[in-house]
Amino acid sequence: MSVHAAPPAALGAGSPRHNNKRLAVNVLKLVAARLAGLLGTLFVASIVIFGALYLAPGSPLTFLTHGRSMSPEAIAQLEQQYHLDEPVPLQYLRWLGGVLHGDFGTSILFHESVGSLLGSHGPITLVLVVLSAILVIAFGLAVGVFAGLRPGVASSSIMAAATAVMAVPAFVAAVVLTLVFAVVLGWFPVFGTGNGGLDTVYHLILPAIALSLASVAFVGRLAQAAIRQEMKADHVQTAISRGLPYRFVIRRHVLRNAAMPVLTVAGLTIAGLIAGSVVVEQVFQLNGLGSLLVTSVQQKDFPVVQGICLVYVAAFIVLNTLIDLAYSVLDPRVPASGRKQ
Amino acid sequence: MSALLEVEGLNVHLPVDGSLRRVLHDVSFTLEAGKALGLVGESGSGKSMTVRTIARLLPQGAKVDGHIRFDGTDVFDLRSEALRRYRSGDVSMIFQDPRSHTNPVRRIGDFLTEAMRINGKVPAREASRRAIDLLAEVGIHDGERRMRQYPHELSGGLLQRVMIAASVAVRPRLILADEPTTALDVTTQAEVMGILGRLQREYGMAMLFITHDLELAAASCDETIVLYAGGIVERQQSKRLHDDPLHPYTAALVQARPDIDHTTGRLPAIPGNPTSAYEAPDGCAFAPRCRFAQDRCRQAFPPLLTIDGIGASRCLRTDELRGTLLAGATTEEVTQ
Repeated sequence: MSVHAAPPAALGAGSPRHNNKRLAVNVLKLVAARLAGLLGTLFVASIVIFGALYLAPGSPLTFLTHGRSMSPEAIAQLEQQYHLDEPVPLQYLRWLGGVLHGDFGTSILFHESVGSLLGSHGPITLVLVVLSAILVIAFGLAVGVFAGLRPGVASSSIMAAATAVMAVPAFVAAVVLTLVFAVVLGWFPVFGTGNGGLDTVYHLILPAIALSLASVAFVGRLAQAAIRQEMKADHVQTAISRGLPYRFVIRRHVLRNAAMPVLTVAGLTIAGLIAGSVVVEQVFQLNGLGSLLVTSVQQKDFPVVQGICLVYVAAFIVLNTLIDLAYSVLDPRVPASGRKQ
Repeated sequence: MSALLEVEGLNVHLPVDGSLRRVLHDVSFTLEAGKALGLVGESGSGKSMTVRTIARLLPQGAKVDGHIRFDGTDVFDLRSEALRRYRSGDVSMIFQDPRSHTNPVRRIGDFLTEAMRINGKVPAREASRRAIDLLAEVGIHDGERRMRQYPHELSGGLLQRVMIAASVAVRPRLILADEPTTALDVTTQAEVMGILGRLQREYGMAMLFITHDLELAAASCDETIVLYAGGIVERQQSKRLHDDPLHPYTAALVQARPDIDHTTGRLPAIPGNPTSAYEAPDGCAFAPRCRFAQDRCRQAFPPLLTIDGIGASRCLRTDELRGTLLAGATTEEVTQ
């Protein structure tokens, strides 16, 4: 890219204060655009989820009647109570209207507001995903940096192992980890969420490892590749030719530049953990959003499914926005108002 | 007085697909302090490799024989700290492509001051002040603003000036300029060469200047070395090279250039293709393309013959051919 392709504002940039102000404006623009995008995405997602639930076999009535045969009148009354007798589009609009008023509806299954259900199940999932994200960042980067900076037998073995681990699905990892560390070694509990506080964190360690294992391997491989590539970069050769200390060159030129691609993909991978948590929660019988989602889908508890899915979609988009923001801070060639130029 | 840089019998092999390939073949030359020496050759003739070997920037697994002495010290004996001192204070490299040789996420100011701050322990404020002065030296007068910009916000010519400023910042005794103007357009090239030449003379630095442009080498260097297939074929005073080449390859190069004073229908070309050092035949590497080649040229690698007071040539027939190389080379004759 030549200087002519740079926006005029970049050439006319005056004081650093001016630059900061421009950055702040761009960040605000980005956040506003992302917020609009988020609402649009949530709206489309809610239609898709509703449609899918409607098309799938089964009905909440099965749960409401507890499988007993009931008189047609009683069924009609139930249907009326839960608005199941209305046309599908109207049911959707009724829900949408409620959402616009801040009411996400009431669970057919639990007779509890969706908001309070999310509040009671959310924290477990949040802790699980955050723990996994920490593992992904810490171990993924540790493995990648080691393998990237110290080529050799150890690095090659680690990378080969990482390739194998990447192919292991979370539910398989969960079963194997439970068998080894919970059943045979007895280091960790087999399932459950414990009594809150540190005990809960302790209970969630094994699930978090199961959830993050493939991502750790993926981020590790990616970091290794990014570092190797950066080591060969011309500008690193410049730094070496200037007699700068090795550690300085590594820190300031290799790791700093390799961080950019790694950050993007690691962020997306962590966002993907949200979806993976559903499976892991099932295997470890954690009472989080994932378990609640599975139960609700099975029972066609529409308001709850909608609520949880919207939380997932929102979390994904928010994470993506954060990645973009971080990227524009790390790479001066990327304007804060978007990743493309 | 002994030379600042002595290269003696340098042979370099690089690992390619598991085997070692020759890239430099018996390269020897000396460079006095404060002098400029041109290294001219086609792509793959070993110009960059020579300079990289001097800066100890060879890839891992490279096999090096011979000696490179800088101020009497063998460069290959330098270890860690001594090597860092050598790179940070004695020699300084200017690369061909300033865009890829500057870190895209660091500001120009960082690039200019990091060597001063880290190697020279100069305080940040003082380093910045010196960097701005240096930018003025290379003709960049809004230095304070440029210091805050990123490489992608500067044009190629500006960035190469920054690169030159960064290289001379440490006042090295030897500048290694690896085709510093090849990536620039012609007018920018002239400006940048002017700046580089002026700084080299003012600061009294020696310079090893790599180019594939015979004219440019002649204009900016006291002496010129012509490389072919990883080996030196000729060394002469730059201003004599053009009128009295010693080696048939140099003569052919001189003839293959257009002359501004004469109209030519078709420029004489050198038949055949350039050869890499590792594909070169036994004997003289240029023999297959040489119109003066005899059987004995193909027998053994010819020695570099010194011609007193003039230079050196790696041609067995230097003495008998001298003065006749430029005569009578029509297109037909050459392309036979």
